[in-house]
Amino acid sequence: MTGETVIEANGLTKKYGRAVAVDHISFNVGRGEIFGLLGPNGAGKTTTILMLLGLTEISGGDVNVLGFNPGREPLSVKRRVGYLPDTVGFYDQLSAADNLRYTARLIGFKKAEREKRIADGLARVGLTEFADKRVGTFSRGMRQRLGLAEILMKGAQIAILDEPTSGLDPHATAELLGIIRGFKEEGVSVLLSSHLLERVQSVCDRVALFSGGHIALMGSVAELGREVLGGGFVVDIEADGAGLAERLALIPGVSGVEKTGISKLRLHADRDVRPEAAAEVVAMQGRLKFLGVQEPSLDAIYTRYFENKPDEGMTVKEGARHAA
Amino acid sequence: MRREGSAFQGLGVVVLKELSDHLTSVRMRVLEWLIVLVALAALYGAIQQIKDTTAEDPFLFLRLFTTSREPLPSFVSFLSFLVPLMAIGLGFDAVNSEYNRRTMSRILAQPIYRDALMFGKFLAGLITLAISLVTLWLLVIGLGLLLIGIPPGAEEIGRSFLFLLVTIIYSGVWLALALLFSIVFRSAATAALVTLGIWLFVSFIWPVLAGAVAQIIVPLDPRYVALGLPTPGTAETEQILARLSPSTLFAEVVVAILDPTTRSLGPIYLSQLQGAVLGAPLPIGESILIAWPQTVGLIAGTIMLFVIGYVVFQRQEVRA
Repeated sequence: MTGETVIEANGLTKKYGRAVAVDHISFNVGRGEIFGLLGPNGAGKTTTILMLLGLTEISGGDVNVLGFNPGREPLSVKRRVGYLPDTVGFYDQLSAADNLRYTARLIGFKKAEREKRIADGLARVGLTEFADKRVGTFSRGMRQRLGLAEILMKGAQIAILDEPTSGLDPHATAELLGIIRGFKEEGVSVLLSSHLLERVQSVCDRVALFSGGHIALMGSVAELGREVLGGGFVVDIEADGAGLAERLALIPGVSGVEKTGISKLRLHADRDVRPEAAAEVVAMQGRLKFLGVQEPSLDAIYTRYFENKPDEGMTVKEGARHAA
Repeated sequence: MRREGSAFQGLGVVVLKELSDHLTSVRMRVLEWLIVLVALAALYGAIQQIKDTTAEDPFLFLRLFTTSREPLPSFVSFLSFLVPLMAIGLGFDAVNSEYNRRTMSRILAQPIYRDALMFGKFLAGLITLAISLVTLWLLVIGLGLLLIGIPPGAEEIGRSFLFLLVTIIYSGVWLALALLFSIVFRSAATAALVTLGIWLFVSFIWPVLAGAVAQIIVPLDPRYVALGLPTPGTAETEQILARLSPSTLFAEVVVAILDPTTRSLGPIYLSQLQGAVLGAPLPIGESILIAWPQTVGLIAGTIMLFVIGYVVFQRQEVRA
């Protein structure tokens, strides 16, 4: 986390009648951080987001967004926070620029500033040439980008993105994630929700895994990996050299060496042993062809975590269904 | 603790956007042409009739609105039929279309309250209706001048202007009803059907049903029946029941305002008519007094329907 906190939630709770959609969750997001809310559909991600924006009543707990309470000061929050809803919609009969003009007027930008911001926003997401095209003709990926252009145009300090990559092809997803990284570079905090763990893993600084209205796990992907997958680094190495496996096994911290193919080895270690491994190969005058450490995958973490707690995992609690 | 800022922040923006949507929509164009054509037909009939019976009528101009010639109904009857249709046409998908297009949460994530969105939608609808009705009114007056060739007096203009105002209020009732159902039902088709159903019931079935229901509440008195007269209690109950319908209220106001000889909108006893010069016109102020309760009823109905819709909308979940 870098410096100040922009979102702070403490025991945040949402009840629909007797059903609990979000159950006492606490987390905080720092400035310029990309924070992922991950979990299956109906786990309470969208409900949490709506509470942060003051778009739904908070049943219990405290939440603070940029120093404002969304329940009491929704206008101040909404002026500073950009929101891209799940499957964002626009007025199909209006052009892309006109759609943004409407929002810009609602925000209250003056005309000259409005036009400049809209042009900048559209340029940043690569939609300049489509500014005067009707949104009705846009693809899903273009709509999502237009949604991001709206957040850029707004000059938001926090961007909240609900399932930004769902339903997009790999190319469009990559583009979108690129724009999201751009947010971070400008010091904009990003809170994004997704049920597609793999796709967002690469952009998130920290993630919170949701399950049945609770946050089951929270931290950086590497931290979670150590915590859930039993820790340890897996280093893959491809190199020539007789007796290399034996030499590598002697490196301090290496607990096991496995042969995975012709001149391919896999090291299990309690730390990143790549430098030592490389030094060994070179010392043996072997030819190093590949050396890499396996990043823990969120999918693996998620599956492993809920394997151990079957009652909490994929079976969504009754009542949390509202939160889809 | 009060919530921060004004509930009307962004209201003007919403009104302008909705207004431009209405005025450029194909739906609006169809409704406008429908109204203009139908009005012209009614007017043509009225003028033919007036020309045939060149009576010495001091309020000849007002006859333009109320005279009918078989088989066409009068301009007023046409309007009381088409204005609800137009209002429902403008309002039935006002709110649910935002959900269906998935624009609702995006718009509400901007620094405005829901109040502004809903109020803006109602206001834009009402302004659109007012623009159409004023245009229609000017058209009728202009054609009347050309075809009859007699300039209307100040009182006639005043009365027809009041008629215009009441028609706009009447359209507000139906707009508020349509808006309410556009909030309650997520499907625009359901909302349209339910609103049209209520309109049909209230305008065409209820006035008939009111008589039957009144006879159940206050049975007919055989003495009056034997004399061929209506039973006073039953007649009063029937009228009270019938006035629950905005169409009845509108019809009564129109009669009081456009026909200066109207002295009462309910049954009156012969004793009350003693000393009255039957057929003599009332001054405009007296006519307004007669129509006032009904007008207030229409305004109250609009506000009530709007408030119910407002409460439902405020409690609604934003997610689609």
